Amino acid sequence: MSAFPIIRIITKLLIPYILLFAFYVQFHGDYGPGGGFQAGVIFASALILYGLVFGLDAIKKVAPPIVIEKCMALGVLVYAGTGALTMALGGKFLDYNVLEHHVLPQWHVPSGQHLGIFLVELGVGITVTAVMTMIFYAFAGRKQVQ
Amino acid sequence: MNLIVFALLALLAITAVAIAKLRELWAVIMFTGIYSFLSASWMMILDAPDVAFTEAAVGAGISTVLMLSTMALTGKAEEIPRKKSLVPLFVVLVTGATLVYGTLDMPHFGSPNAPVQVYPDPSFVERSEADMHGLPNVVTALLASYRGYDTLGETTVVLTAGIAVLLILRRDDEEKDESAQLAGNKTS
Amino acid sequence: MTLESIAGLYNYWVVIFLMMTGFYIVLARKNLIKSVIGLNIFQTSVFLLYITMGKVDHGTAPIVPPAIAAEQAHAAHGTTEAGHAAVGHAALEHAETAQGLAHDVAHNLADDAISHGSELAHASTEIIYSNPLPSVLMLTAIVVGIATTALALALVVRIREDYGTVDEERILELDRGE
Repeated sequence: MSAFPIIRIITKLLIPYILLFAFYVQFHGDYGPGGGFQAGVIFASALILYGLVFGLDAIKKVAPPIVIEKCMALGVLVYAGTGALTMALGGKFLDYNVLEHHVLPQWHVPSGQHLGIFLVELGVGITVTAVMTMIFYAFAGRKQVQ
Repeated sequence: MNLIVFALLALLAITAVAIAKLRELWAVIMFTGIYSFLSASWMMILDAPDVAFTEAAVGAGISTVLMLSTMALTGKAEEIPRKKSLVPLFVVLVTGATLVYGTLDMPHFGSPNAPVQVYPDPSFVERSEADMHGLPNVVTALLASYRGYDTLGETTVVLTAGIAVLLILRRDDEEKDESAQLAGNKTS
Repeated sequence: MTLESIAGLYNYWVVIFLMMTGFYIVLARKNLIKSVIGLNIFQTSVFLLYITMGKVDHGTAPIVPPAIAAEQAHAAHGTTEAGHAAVGHAALEHAETAQGLAHDVAHNLADDAISHGSELAHASTEIIYSNPLPSVLMLTAIVVGIATTALALALVVRIREDYGTVDEERILELDRGE
């Protein structure tokens, strides 16, 4: 599809905004509609759009499969790691109340439940992005067999 | 408001029937995307913006791309015409009638006294006000905190499905290809 | 069958219609991709079933208005008298804008909130929220659904490679060695 200049240019214009929107949905998910699942899917769709228009090789340079592969597991690790952290701090698994701290309160650094939800959603976002992108790679990388 | 809902539901039903009727795969996949968008709109009206959001992104975006790439890999293979059997229609009608009969006892739409709304008491919305210290989105709080174990499980399921797709579809000769390319570059 | 029960149950019937359409596609169509699409339609109808059950009449999305939420945050951490006044003010504003709320009650509540500050929680619960629980369940189900759909499609691709067809009956014939 990279032969059509209009598609190419519009895609290049749109992708930064899609990515920005994904980040907004990810980090504003506690306040408005959104969260890790949605943000992951939107982020992945930006990558997939790039792959559709500029080809699989181009997108593999931007997001190397070897990195995406690691990210699939990294997200779950962040999620479970948050649980392990709360246990290490003396709480129950995924009991975010023990994450309460009083560092820089005037900067509104997330703390307690807020911090826990932030970390967990981050983990979900990473895994969903990586899995969706990896599934696209798997389908797009296969040749049709007659 | 009601008119919009009825128009939406009518479109939803028509799209579903069109998907069932159409034979050309490409058109069916496009209609599936439309179906997802319409159901996302209905979810929006039903006060579930988070779900509508996800359905629009997943159903109309990623799922359409996946279906199209599958179609590209398997060919547009039209269905082989066969003589029509009435058995599926009969089974569907009987099942549907049974389900409709089952709904007659269900709590009415929007009823605040439905069991879903009464339990748990105090509701999650009320509880989150005290527990979450002012996180406005109750859905996120519920997803990540009250049901944190559940979401951890779901994330793991997504990971597992991703790994399974890779195991099924990744070519064994991918590494060989790359090394062959490298060798080719050296010789050229 | 009264008009009232039709108005109260139509959502289930729409969902059942969609569900049965998906079921019909799975049963009647022999193309494997078409079957996966049928399952998808079935799945979406289940999402809709859950979401319609979570809806409450005159309700709104389960997102607490930011002003109220921020005040709750302050109230929870303990604030000065000025903070309490702000709480009351926010509650008053909110009470005036709240839909379907008897104004007298709202003003009484708002007055209470001004005098006590911590009474705010009561004022905010006067907004009717739809149930967040079905949303949460379906939210995760949608993403898991697309992952499993991808798995099904991957299997279809492999079947096409080995059998040369995605037609169910043709595959069965090939398996029988015909």
